[in-house]
Amino acid sequence: MFSNSDLSQLLFGRLSLEAIPYHEPILLGTFIVVALGGLGLVGAITWYGQWGYLWREWFTSVDHKKIGIMYVILAIVMLLRGFADAVMMITQKALSVGAAEGYLPPHHYDQVFTAHGSIMIFFMAMPFVTGVMNYIMPLQIGARDVAFPFLNNFSFWMTAGGAVLTMMSLFVGEFSRATWLAYPPLSGAAYSPGVGVDYYIWGLQIAGVGTTLSGINLIATIVKMRAPGMTMMKLPVFTWTTLASNAIIVTIFPVLTATLVLLALDRYVGTRFFTNDFGGNSMLYMNLIWIWGHPEVYVLILPAFGIYSEVVSTFCSKRLFGYTSMVYATMVIALVSWLVWLHHFFTMGAGANVNAFFGITTMIISIPTGAKVFNWLFTMYRGKIRFETPFIWVIGFIPTFVIGGLTGVLLAVPPADFVLHNSLFLVAHFHNVIIGGVVFGLLAGVQYWFPKAFGYKLDPFWGKVSFWCWLVGFWTTFTPIYILGLMGVTRRTQHFEDPAVQPYLTIAAIGVFIIMAGIAAFVFQLFISYVRREKLHDLTGDPWGGRTLEWSTTSPPPPYNFAFTPVVHDLDAWWDMKKRGYDHPLEGFRPIHMPKNTGTGVILAGLSTVLGFALVWYIWWLAALSFVALIATAIVHTFNYNRDYFIPAEEVVRIEGQRMAQPAGGA
Amino acid sequence: MHETTPPPGATAPVFYEQEEHAHGDGGTLFGFWIYLMGDSLIFAVLFATYGVLGRNYAAGPSGADLFDLRLVAVNTSLLLLSSITYGFAMLEMDRDRIRQTLAWLAVTGLFGAAFVGIELYEFSHLISEGATPQRSAFLSSFFALVGTHGLHVTFGILWLITLMVQVRRRGLILENQRRLMCLSMFWHFLDVVWIGVFTFVYLIGVMR
Repeated sequence: MFSNSDLSQLLFGRLSLEAIPYHEPILLGTFIVVALGGLGLVGAITWYGQWGYLWREWFTSVDHKKIGIMYVILAIVMLLRGFADAVMMITQKALSVGAAEGYLPPHHYDQVFTAHGSIMIFFMAMPFVTGVMNYIMPLQIGARDVAFPFLNNFSFWMTAGGAVLTMMSLFVGEFSRATWLAYPPLSGAAYSPGVGVDYYIWGLQIAGVGTTLSGINLIATIVKMRAPGMTMMKLPVFTWTTLASNAIIVTIFPVLTATLVLLALDRYVGTRFFTNDFGGNSMLYMNLIWIWGHPEVYVLILPAFGIYSEVVSTFCSKRLFGYTSMVYATMVIALVSWLVWLHHFFTMGAGANVNAFFGITTMIISIPTGAKVFNWLFTMYRGKIRFETPFIWVIGFIPTFVIGGLTGVLLAVPPADFVLHNSLFLVAHFHNVIIGGVVFGLLAGVQYWFPKAFGYKLDPFWGKVSFWCWLVGFWTTFTPIYILGLMGVTRRTQHFEDPAVQPYLTIAAIGVFIIMAGIAAFVFQLFISYVRREKLHDLTGDPWGGRTLEWSTTSPPPPYNFAFTPVVHDLDAWWDMKKRGYDHPLEGFRPIHMPKNTGTGVILAGLSTVLGFALVWYIWWLAALSFVALIATAIVHTFNYNRDYFIPAEEVVRIEGQRMAQPAGGA
Repeated sequence: MHETTPPPGATAPVFYEQEEHAHGDGGTLFGFWIYLMGDSLIFAVLFATYGVLGRNYAAGPSGADLFDLRLVAVNTSLLLLSSITYGFAMLEMDRDRIRQTLAWLAVTGLFGAAFVGIELYEFSHLISEGATPQRSAFLSSFFALVGTHGLHVTFGILWLITLMVQVRRRGLILENQRRLMCLSMFWHFLDVVWIGVFTFVYLIGVMR
């Protein structure tokens, strides 16, 4: 017979009621708010009977457009979570100087900064970028969907599953305290015995599988599914940057997966990869994780560069300056991104020559990046600039990003890095390029492509309010953080003895609240635009005078994107078509071959999430069960050969008929 | 800038395709190549880890103390033979002969299973001698590299059985041919990886 505790250990592993942090008022309050919000949402969906609709039309959808939108929604939700962490961090810092202790004890504060970093990169920036690529790229190349539509749905749900597991750590147990890259030996079993690092590992592993598969998918789409006539040097720049970004993804995410598996083995099985004893080597982990980590930032920034390129050429009504150099710059950045990882630990002591090599490769990256900046500026030169909402983000981006790049080159100098390493200067630098580059780009992309996805423009006034709050808030926050870094203040500090730092931290905190206003204005913009959607309606499908193929179809595009596959004759294919008097075809429609929706992706990702949860809590029976179920479901899925259908010609005629009343093209 | 657009007024070219074209299956094989490249990066990490940690014996046994080259030679030949028999299965597939295809697939699976069996025997033997993955960083990286390869072969066998059932049920239809093609690439890929393991871990290991 089992004693009671044996039985509960068998059934629940190390999970017990103690894991629920009801004794921590901050977490309890958060939980109540989230639970009420969640219940309200679930209740509302049930009340309006929308579960069937959501399941049929969204969750099981293999349409790249719907999956793209779901990615972006996930990203915006996780942005709110990650930003809440940022607010907690900066207010804690500003309050915890001298005798004051602030309100976050160290063990909680450490979880907050770990969660902030992990969530912002893995569950905000990555899904946001992937979502925009997913939505726009197939439209830009004149394709009906991605190469592997089911895989696309599965990839999304794996990302969502990883996000769910990470969020769960807030209320069941704890999150990692070992920083966003979980350096051992701190993240090893000896120094982090709790569940936090395990949540981190499995959350990232599940999402990482999705990211790798989506990378393969998007590359195959670009290589194999371009419209006839669209040679590689006629690809829109955003599609080029998507290709580069996904090429990096498929080369680095396997490295992350393998590295985290080794860390997990150290924690679960007691192997000696990264331990201090028995021959382990924790610096091996630093190398491996940064071989993933540095190219990762180029995964994020390159598509943002693509967005800026599209926005600049559209709103200057002019072909992009230096298209060819833009393409080469993108590919060179991708190539060099694999050769710089060691600059994250110059202080490791690899020697002057090794440091010099990686310092120089890092500086070299600024050359193609600089070429891009000049290309954007020369596109604006003598262009007919329209200062619409998407474009002003570019105006904010260029000076912000250039300063971020300059501080990056400064950090690339090994002697300077020895002084600035691990300081707030570094923190200011990477926020400078990630916010000023990636986030600004993604928000520009949302403003630019929203009318394509929903058929109405976003309200320009609130968009501009949001932009100015972001820009002013960003600089108010990070200027003092740069200064503090130069003063030698280290990052990840929960308490400061020296009262001299408090004024800077207070200014930075004010800046964070200005950014908060920017986020609020953005959310309000989404709301007010929905309310005023009749007034903001766009019937042409081409509200900005676009140049690339996504503007040639209706807004929102039909499920099949294009009734007839476009034939491309020129870079800026849609501009070319408009200029030469293209008319929408009115007859001759044929049945269209499309992939069927499937719930398998949701089920597989759900089982993976359960597996992750079971592994975090050592619930071995559940882990084994969900693993077997996972394999079985995958095998059963392969027995379904009936995966596609035809949209009948009459249906195509009906859908296309709805746009007949609308003018063809805008030119 | 190259301007390829003719002046307005010139006859408009074709802007869209009237005919529907069936999508080729090239995308799947291309995608699978990329997947294999990603997988080879996983092995690259494990090889690199072995390269860094492979001599950190922590006063425990080394490769020269542990490895039985005769056993590994048998194992290697089993895996290489399985690659040949998979090749025979593909040749039969091209001739559209279901029974022969299935037979060669079965032989391939048996070779694979024998390989995994011998590897498991080797592992249990090592562990019974006290050479556990926890003993030293060398052994951790050894078990991780060889074990990951073995796991791949195991999943390959599972996949092979699934495909045999599907070929039996539906015959050598286009989808099944494509799937056999992917598994073929996967199987040969594992062979290539094993050659690396055999050379860098076992052959060089016994010389240390």
